[in-house]
Amino acid sequence: MERCSRVHARNLVRWAKDKPEVIVFSGDLTGSVEITEFRDAYPDRFFSLGMAEQNMLSWAGGMAREGFTPFLHTFAVFLYRRPYDQLAMSVAYPNLPVRLFGFLPGITTPGGVTHQAIEDISVLRGLPNLTIFEVGDATDVETMLDVVQGVNGPVYVRMLRGDIPRLFPQDAPLVFNRARVLSEGTDITLLSTGICTEEAMRATQVLREKGLSIQHLHVSTLKPFTDPQVIESVRKTRYGVITMENHTVIGGLGTAVAEVMAENAVGKTLRRIGLKDMFAHGSSKQYLMKKYGLDAMALIYDIEDLTGKNLGISEDDLAAVRLETQSSIGASQLEAL
Amino acid sequence: MHAAEIEQDTTWQNVAKTRAQGIRRRTLALTLERNGCYLSQALSSAEILATLYTQVLNLGESLAPAVPPPLKGVPGHGVHFGEGANYNGARTASYDRFLISPAHYAVAIYAALVETGRMDPAGLEQFNTDGSTVEMIGAEHSPGFELTTGSFGQAVSQAGGIALARKVRGEPGRVFVFMSDGELEEGQTWEAVQALAFYELDNVIVYVDVNGQQVDGLTKDVMNIEPIDARLTGFGATALKVDGHDVDALANAINHKETGKPLFVLCYTNPAEGIPMLEARKPHLHFVRFKTDAELAEAEAFLASMNPASMNQKGA
Repeated sequence: MERCSRVHARNLVRWAKDKPEVIVFSGDLTGSVEITEFRDAYPDRFFSLGMAEQNMLSWAGGMAREGFTPFLHTFAVFLYRRPYDQLAMSVAYPNLPVRLFGFLPGITTPGGVTHQAIEDISVLRGLPNLTIFEVGDATDVETMLDVVQGVNGPVYVRMLRGDIPRLFPQDAPLVFNRARVLSEGTDITLLSTGICTEEAMRATQVLREKGLSIQHLHVSTLKPFTDPQVIESVRKTRYGVITMENHTVIGGLGTAVAEVMAENAVGKTLRRIGLKDMFAHGSSKQYLMKKYGLDAMALIYDIEDLTGKNLGISEDDLAAVRLETQSSIGASQLEAL
Repeated sequence: MHAAEIEQDTTWQNVAKTRAQGIRRRTLALTLERNGCYLSQALSSAEILATLYTQVLNLGESLAPAVPPPLKGVPGHGVHFGEGANYNGARTASYDRFLISPAHYAVAIYAALVETGRMDPAGLEQFNTDGSTVEMIGAEHSPGFELTTGSFGQAVSQAGGIALARKVRGEPGRVFVFMSDGELEEGQTWEAVQALAFYELDNVIVYVDVNGQQVDGLTKDVMNIEPIDARLTGFGATALKVDGHDVDALANAINHKETGKPLFVLCYTNPAEGIPMLEARKPHLHFVRFKTDAELAEAEAFLASMNPASMNQKGA
């Protein structure tokens, strides 16, 4: 598996070249959210709004009303926690084409509780007019912008930065409201988002070798959540459904799937992998994923539980898969907060 | 009436004063009819709104129906219903924009639209009735409202975005904001002022109704915001204090605009202006309701004394 570096930084410059309506707002985190290249390439379309996110959200609403498309880049927590009222009233209510790129989703940062967006999907799924995406690899990052710009209304993207894997073919773009089918099967239906997809793929590779048939969907559109593939997959599954998200289990992917299952009267067991209604703390991504049960091993345990089978898979069995995509320590340390 | 008096009546100052009195009269009538209204906001802001509409703002003719049609819907699913700004005319490059920040002043805005011929009096009769756009606390579908701003402090930031966009495009039209003083307690207001100054948005002119009161009482007792002018100046804006009931002072204020700076006109006003019986209620005037028979009778009698016919009689 290929690993890519600073994908958004280069991609945004290329993509925005012939789009004069696209402007970028920075909240004093330009280098940390990969918009230094955009600033240098198009200084007239780059606006520094400082550490003042309430003003930034409303200001974006004002410029969007005038025909510009503001692309706000900052850490996710500063797009929905601090300025929620401004997001709701100055952007979402008037249904303006403001694009919010929220970095450091969930436990992807050692920045601790202040920097970890663990309930953003839960908070924002309740906000009318807002469309929500989450990216899981370099291809998602590269191909998401056309989809985002095609939405006639505000958009929130759970973004990845720095060193990220390429899990999906470069010529298979992210499609609006359509999950990627990573494997087909009838024993277990597995739905994953964001960084959890990479983690899940490590497990599914080993699980297939053990003879399990897994329907694995990578979900990138979290709102709306009406992709018919979801219920089709759930219906045909034998043992149960598992969701896996870098987020609290309340209000995110797991909840969205539960709603679809309940509305369709599908009586299957649902297991939600994610943060169990708790905050995290500042440590490495790998450490936190293991500690809070967001990793491949957690998925193995849930599948053993659902199938009633001891699959005999150990951490060591997964390690070989893990090595192929592991970040270098040097690269992760470069990421400033 | 003597010819000289007729001549005097046509000055913009007299037109503005008559309109200001009309804003008060229409709001008092509604307060009685509906058993309560945001009356004091109309009393404090009457001259500000009348002066802006009569002498200061460069607005086109209203593009909206004189009688507001029922609410068509709220924005969503690719549809936008923000038609309130159409009462202020075309949003083209040369025209000014007029953005209302404290949506609780909606009744005063509607009354001002009636006084300036931009809305039929029947529109005001729709105030706070089910299914109407003429809401008690307006949103961008409400007559005269371009933004949705009942959550305080957000309009001045949105105005900044609009003003920056207009500056980028080189549009000559200015961006006027009408604010209330209580909003100066919001942190966002100061984020906005620093950004207006940072981007040197001298196309932004903010009129603040400093009526010195808020829901819980006097602003100075709830959360002090003075010295407002020094605070604004410290943040890089130009600030000017005026008598908010003096139409000449209100109109001349825009001459104090400085290159590269937003201008804040601090209009010191009286929330009981024009209706002396309300003086005794200060500072609890956020929402006025006449409760006792004696109060109602006094208010009814005062309204009768304000009606244009009796005013004309007195003048004749």
